[in-house]
Amino acid sequence: MASEGDRRSDAEVARRSRLLGSLRLEGEGARGVAIALLSTAVFVVAVVVAVTQSAGWPEVRRVFFSWHDISGSFPEIARAFVLNVKIFLVCEVFILVFALMIAVLRSLPGPVFFPLRALAIMYADLARGVPTILVIALLGFGAPALQLTGVPTSRVFWAGVGLVLIYSGYVAEVYRAGIESVHPSQEAAARSLGLSRFQALRRVILPQAIRRVIPPLLNDFIGLQKDTALVGTLGVIEAFNQSQIDSNATFTYGAYLAAAALFVAITIPLARLTDLLIARDRRRRQAGGGLA
Amino acid sequence: MSALRLDGVHKSFGSNEVLRGIDLDVAEHEVVCLIGASGSGKSTLLRCVNLLEPIDAGRIFLGDEEVTRRGADANAVRRRIGIVFQAFNLFPHMTVLRNVTLAPRDVLGLSRAEAEERGLELLARFGLEHRRDEYPDRLSGGQQQRVAIVRALAMRPELMLLDEVTSALDPELVAEVLNVIRELAQGGMTMLIATHEMGFARDIASRVCFLDDGLILEEGPPTEIFARPKQPRTQQFLERIIEAGRL
Repeated sequence: MASEGDRRSDAEVARRSRLLGSLRLEGEGARGVAIALLSTAVFVVAVVVAVTQSAGWPEVRRVFFSWHDISGSFPEIARAFVLNVKIFLVCEVFILVFALMIAVLRSLPGPVFFPLRALAIMYADLARGVPTILVIALLGFGAPALQLTGVPTSRVFWAGVGLVLIYSGYVAEVYRAGIESVHPSQEAAARSLGLSRFQALRRVILPQAIRRVIPPLLNDFIGLQKDTALVGTLGVIEAFNQSQIDSNATFTYGAYLAAAALFVAITIPLARLTDLLIARDRRRRQAGGGLA
Repeated sequence: MSALRLDGVHKSFGSNEVLRGIDLDVAEHEVVCLIGASGSGKSTLLRCVNLLEPIDAGRIFLGDEEVTRRGADANAVRRRIGIVFQAFNLFPHMTVLRNVTLAPRDVLGLSRAEAEERGLELLARFGLEHRRDEYPDRLSGGQQQRVAIVRALAMRPELMLLDEVTSALDPELVAEVLNVIRELAQGGMTMLIATHEMGFARDIASRVCFLDDGLILEEGPPTEIFARPKQPRTQQFLERIIEAGRL
């Protein structure tokens, strides 16, 4: 039965978000919290002792964990990191729109739309099959060299195009999974009210589909945020490239740690944000009084 | 004038012939109940009338318009027909009121205020006004099904198709939905109802059609069909229903 299927997948979303939130210890009680704290402390101490007692630790510590190197390179890398964030934000918008178009093309039914479906499938296969770094190199070095009039020659621009093309392939597949997870009876109900195929898609199918795929979409956001470092391979000064420069100047790797900290500072809040969105959606849908 | 006419309608799914030449005439304000075993083609028949399934042969007329003709606007046809499904199929991401106003606003072009006025009036009529801001999964099955009926009625259809609308309900919730349908029948709504509720069909139907293996084997007023079925297959079906205590 249709609505049962729908309910099951809602339950699944709820369960998944509970997994994401499994760091929380709700309902475990004070005893549970105490056990968790103790076992964490034992684990951390064991790891710290094992690492710091190792033969190579003094050298590793000097090369990687010099506070002087980390804090000294941090401001410069942070300034360069602004470019990573900009690339991420701009690309994400285009990816979300472009990928949705591809996913919708791919889910068009009927033999008439076969060519469009085939194109969308080919696109997704290609985008996911070619290494991102290759596409960025090809576009970043190749497209400006063409010297086409009216086309930007900035390497950052073309690297961004590359990221949009690659990530749209992944995100389109995520959208498609969401669209296919909406039970056909929902479309039947919408169409039976006289809504056109497009209206049914816009009002009934996509809102449900997108809600269900927010967690995997965010996964891809996080991947994109990390992959903005690939733009550095074009010689553009962003966080990764800047940290390489700093690292080469000091012959230590503290700068890499500074860069890593910056990336993590963005991606972790993103992950928590999704949890929050999912929880809010669940609360909103279950709000209100009991059954009459 | 007939509100709905089916002329030799055939429908197959692959090699499985589900409708094998259905002729049916539903007059305005008439309530026709389709009875028959599961798989006899009742649901498919309703889905064909609503053009949710394309038919393979035959013709379907809504009023004097042939809706199965080449180039007929399916969306325009569906606007005139309301259908209620066994599984409710409410939109889970919308409130009750939004479920009800979606099509009037998007399809008929009503303003939000007009659509909400129409929707609230209908919700109030069926005792659901206090549920307007709830999401469907907060409602009981009976309430969900009543909202689904209101959602269809909000389009002011000239014909309602009901596809086993009580089959997914707990027994104690069946009555509230049947009462709504009874009220619609008294209001003169033309309805084609696929149902397993024989007692209800006997009460409400102007005419009962017994479907068997994709054909209307026997039809007539409920007193005839239920008291003196002519066809052996109808007799057999009704005997089993009585055995199960459903009549």
